[in-house]
Amino acid sequence: MKRKHRRLLILVACLAGLGVATGLTLAALRNTLVFFLSPAQVAAKPPPPGQMFRLGGLVLKGSVRHLLKNGHPVNDFTITDGKGSVPVVFGGVLPDLFREGQGIVALGSLQPDGRFVATEVLAKHDANYMPPDVVAALKKSGEWRPSQGEPPPAASWDFGVKTKAGPATRGG
Amino acid sequence: MLSPELGNFALALAVVLAGAQGVVGLWGAHRRDASLMAAAPALAVGQAIALIIAFAVLVHANVVNDFSVKVVAENSSSLKPLFYRITGTWGNHPGSVLLWCLVLGLCGGAVAIFGSNLPSAARARVVGVQGLSSVGFTLFALLSSNPFTRLWPPPMQGMDMNPLLQDPGLAIHPPMLYLGYVGFSVPFAFAVAALIEGRVDAAWGRWVRPWTLAAWCALTCGITLGSWWAYYDLGWGGFWYWDPVENASLLPWLTGTALLHSAIVVEKREALKTWTVLLAIGTFSLSLLGTFLVRSGILNSVHSFAAAPNRGVFILVLLGILIVGSLLLFALRAPALAPVGIFAPLSREGGLILNNILICSIAAVVLTGTAYPPFADLLAGTKISVGPPFYAATVFPLAFPLFLAMSLGTALSWKRAALAPVFRQVWWAAVISVVIGLFAVMRMKALPALGMVAAAWLVFGALADIASRISLFSQPPRRSLARLMGLRRAAIGAAVAHAGLGVTVAGIAGMSLAASAVVFLRPGQSTNIGGYTWTLKSIEDRNGSNYKAAVATVLVSHDGHLVTTLTPERRQFPIQGITTDEAKIETNGLRDLYAVFGEERNGGAVLRLHDNRFAPWIWFGGAFMALGGLLSLSDRRLRVGAPRPAAAALAATAR
Repeated sequence: MKRKHRRLLILVACLAGLGVATGLTLAALRNTLVFFLSPAQVAAKPPPPGQMFRLGGLVLKGSVRHLLKNGHPVNDFTITDGKGSVPVVFGGVLPDLFREGQGIVALGSLQPDGRFVATEVLAKHDANYMPPDVVAALKKSGEWRPSQGEPPPAASWDFGVKTKAGPATRGG
Repeated sequence: MLSPELGNFALALAVVLAGAQGVVGLWGAHRRDASLMAAAPALAVGQAIALIIAFAVLVHANVVNDFSVKVVAENSSSLKPLFYRITGTWGNHPGSVLLWCLVLGLCGGAVAIFGSNLPSAARARVVGVQGLSSVGFTLFALLSSNPFTRLWPPPMQGMDMNPLLQDPGLAIHPPMLYLGYVGFSVPFAFAVAALIEGRVDAAWGRWVRPWTLAAWCALTCGITLGSWWAYYDLGWGGFWYWDPVENASLLPWLTGTALLHSAIVVEKREALKTWTVLLAIGTFSLSLLGTFLVRSGILNSVHSFAAAPNRGVFILVLLGILIVGSLLLFALRAPALAPVGIFAPLSREGGLILNNILICSIAAVVLTGTAYPPFADLLAGTKISVGPPFYAATVFPLAFPLFLAMSLGTALSWKRAALAPVFRQVWWAAVISVVIGLFAVMRMKALPALGMVAAAWLVFGALADIASRISLFSQPPRRSLARLMGLRRAAIGAAVAHAGLGVTVAGIAGMSLAASAVVFLRPGQSTNIGGYTWTLKSIEDRNGSNYKAAVATVLVSHDGHLVTTLTPERRQFPIQGITTDEAKIETNGLRDLYAVFGEERNGGAVLRLHDNRFAPWIWFGGAFMALGGLLSLSDRRLRVGAPRPAAAALAATAR
């Protein structure tokens, strides 16, 4: 085989590899991208039931309830950003830093009844830490104005009083 | 005596020595000045010693609880056990940067000491390039993340370390990972030196290989330990989350693996030279991008590190200079590196090219998945994330052809290969794999079953490779044994590493059989998960050195026989107000029984219990891979002086 042919063959093989990788990436990006939504965005335009997305906001004060279903603990709580709120059901072990007023991100999907069933709940291991996505969502919802300085400590957040949205007052 | 100012001075000295090492090495090699060229390695050793002193001072400050040092005050406390005061040295940003610089300095020193069989000009250039990269990073440590900054007035007590980091895993995981990342600076320096000189030959391939291999081994260990640490310390019960930090370590591992293989082609056949040089540059660049982009907070990750914007800019500029500079040099000089060896597509070289294409494609999709979310946020303002489903859809279709090719490739002969001998070598491995696949498909879903087939194919393919090399069954056993004893360590190492990957794949596929549940139990109650009966015996309180713990005692039994007693804990660290779960694991090598104490509530315990089948194999496989690398590294031929180009060409045609 001539050198020219060999080089061509290697080039074709490389392009094929690159092409397959690109095709797989594009197809996967279309199907598996997980969007981050704030409760306000969910209220405005709820994603179809069953579609995975990440929901971020603050845990509404007084909304956390620990239940037991067939010996398996279930946690009920509400995530809010002041403009909207979404009831969440989570059947796993809550992170150690999960508390009311804390900024968290939950991965899961909406049920037909409007509840968000989480498969994962993330809270960072730092009492004053706010997930960046949650900070952005809070800025957007107008609950925190960066011009007025640092966000107040997470524990003091309580939208149950401020907001008039229906479910947000639940249990609060 | 060991005051932080001494450390600061040693660090500043290291910057100066590194600069001198860079200038003297490169200028000396350019002018062919023997005395200058001889000075560069000495300077490299000096730089390494200066960094050792600086690091020792920082460790000392941590050990004696010198809270007048800012990083010690912010990250340590006198209540912490001695062991964690030592490992805590690199558990924070400035300390870990200093560790990074130390490893870089040690790599430079190692080339200076062990590179005595290199031509003096080549050694001076390599050491010089190492010196220049050291300048950047030691300067970074000195100016924007100085670990020796004092605090006035010193507090009485430190703020303590994140309890999650108080773990034996952290003692070895970061240094191993850094050894891997920074180890790739040596192939990088070799590549840049070769570009400056304008020549890459078989000897170059042989010099680069042991350094690449050593870095690869360390990185393999580092990733394996990291994954294991996440598994048992974070208590999530998983081993890989495709998190940006994990991907950042996987990327250089992938390209480093490709480099390891393409360097063989350079050594044996003097082909793929430009590509290998590019891989060496790319691997170190990815190491840098990975560590520093993650640390600068640009990538959002569950492993959060404190972000400081000015550090980010410094690092970006530094990375820009290093990466753009080396790629520019590559663009200018690469055309001079003409290939010599000619080979047919169906040959060992062809197989190694296929390996490189597939591995680099995997690296490309992982890079895309890691970099896409921050870019989408930056450019379009959309908050998205890319999770495990993305990687499952992109990496698996590329990984399976790679696994298929791995056992075939080792059976191919150099230059021009025929298919018949390949089939004679691997047919029985294929048969065993299919049989295992039939067993697997009855118990698991299709994809994990396919994973089991791939795993068996890798393990038995590696055995088939050894069997054919020692002419097992075609020669009398005694002669086969003699051949096995005389087999090159590199060949055994390759087989062990390939089989190790198979073991890891089996572990990952087998994890699909794992059973887990979150349950609420009161003392005396029990539940059934994964064929075991788990009984909560009691919940007790216990006092640790700097924490208080609630301990759940869980009895695990099978068919009425007690298998093990697990005592997962919840620890409260009062100084930082943090609670952690201390997962407890019992393993028999085939499965892990895993218990996490999630919450104490109304006198009962919320427990997460796992029966993780095959899980230990994931890390056994990683250990095998690293062992394979070490075996290969111990091959005599890598240590004896590299042959002159003529001898190398002869050796290549003889094979």
